[in-house]
Amino acid sequence: MPGRTFGEISAKPMGVLSAGMRAPQFALNSTPDQKVSLNDFRGRPVILAFYPADWSPVCGDQMALYNEILPEFQRFNAELIGISVDGIWCHLAFAHDRKLRFPLLADFEPKGAVASAYGAYRAPEGTTERALFVIDGDGIIRWSYLSPVGINPGAEGILRALEELDQTQTTQDTQKEHRHGDAHDEHQASTDPAGH
Amino acid sequence: MATHTTNTKPQLTLPVTERDHIQGPATAPVTLVEYGDYQCPYCLQAYPIMIDIQEHMGDRMRLVFRNFPLTTLHSHAQHAAEAAEAAGAQGKFWEMHDYLFEHQDHLDDAALLRYAAEIGLDVERFSRDLKEHKFAARVKEDFQSGIRSGVNGTPTFFINGVRHDGAWDLETLTAAILAAAEHP
Repeated sequence: MPGRTFGEISAKPMGVLSAGMRAPQFALNSTPDQKVSLNDFRGRPVILAFYPADWSPVCGDQMALYNEILPEFQRFNAELIGISVDGIWCHLAFAHDRKLRFPLLADFEPKGAVASAYGAYRAPEGTTERALFVIDGDGIIRWSYLSPVGINPGAEGILRALEELDQTQTTQDTQKEHRHGDAHDEHQASTDPAGH
Repeated sequence: MATHTTNTKPQLTLPVTERDHIQGPATAPVTLVEYGDYQCPYCLQAYPIMIDIQEHMGDRMRLVFRNFPLTTLHSHAQHAAEAAEAAGAQGKFWEMHDYLFEHQDHLDDAALLRYAAEIGLDVERFSRDLKEHKFAARVKEDFQSGIRSGVNGTPTFFINGVRHDGAWDLETLTAAILAAAEHP
């Protein structure tokens, strides 16, 4: 979705998109010649982790921590995606250095467009917020969290959200079996990229 | 499910019990829990700070160390953690804990065996415990409890069960601990 403007970039963040809202679609580069889009993961939970910048100068920074506990996320069949405004070459070097085993997407051009769509862009600094989203297999945000930018939020909130999602999913699956195939959600997702 | 934009600070989900390695009296008004990694340079920075704070607080604080090895970044962290636990099984956890930080540059398996001998462990038993990964589950339990408590890197500190965010230099951490001691 590069080239598309997602909402207005306000100087003061209005807060991140909240649970129950449709997750804005995106397609961003994960390598110089490969794009990753939210739709790629339909049917599976997605964890979107917006973070301010590559190369934060601590051991076990947020991305390294998530890398370490990737198996915990995978127990829920969830895909983890990191997003910042850093360019793709910067991401590649960072991922290589930290041995990251999940994609980092470059919200680089137009700068911060995807972050803005999620209410997670800090216009004065020109970086993304430290914001987390757990999105269900139908593209609905089920949990979101805006962390103070200087504080690495850790993973406990994500895991709790995935557990709750897992439980409600089981209940919904049982209910769906009684309703028989409803393709409405699918249609809406593919024609409503900005989530409005 | 909800959107959280404000935050109460994460809390320790696994309470401090006899399972833990503890220095200081159970009656102390403050318990400082550190989640750390023996190969992490920042944990090495924190090590002398812990000693200073313990000296300053005396009987008013107890210190707990739990393992949080970042194994992708630090190739020896897992074995070092298991080594400290294996030493703990022989009653010398803190001796090994200190020794590992004081020799952080060399934490390969051969070095671990050497350190076991140097601090006076039964090396045969220690070596067997390491080889059989007897304490891997224990290290994992620490790690999992850290994740669920909001550990967000190493070192992460909890003061009376509440995560300490921000700087952990001697002055800042001491102030936070003293504040907790006054309002335990």
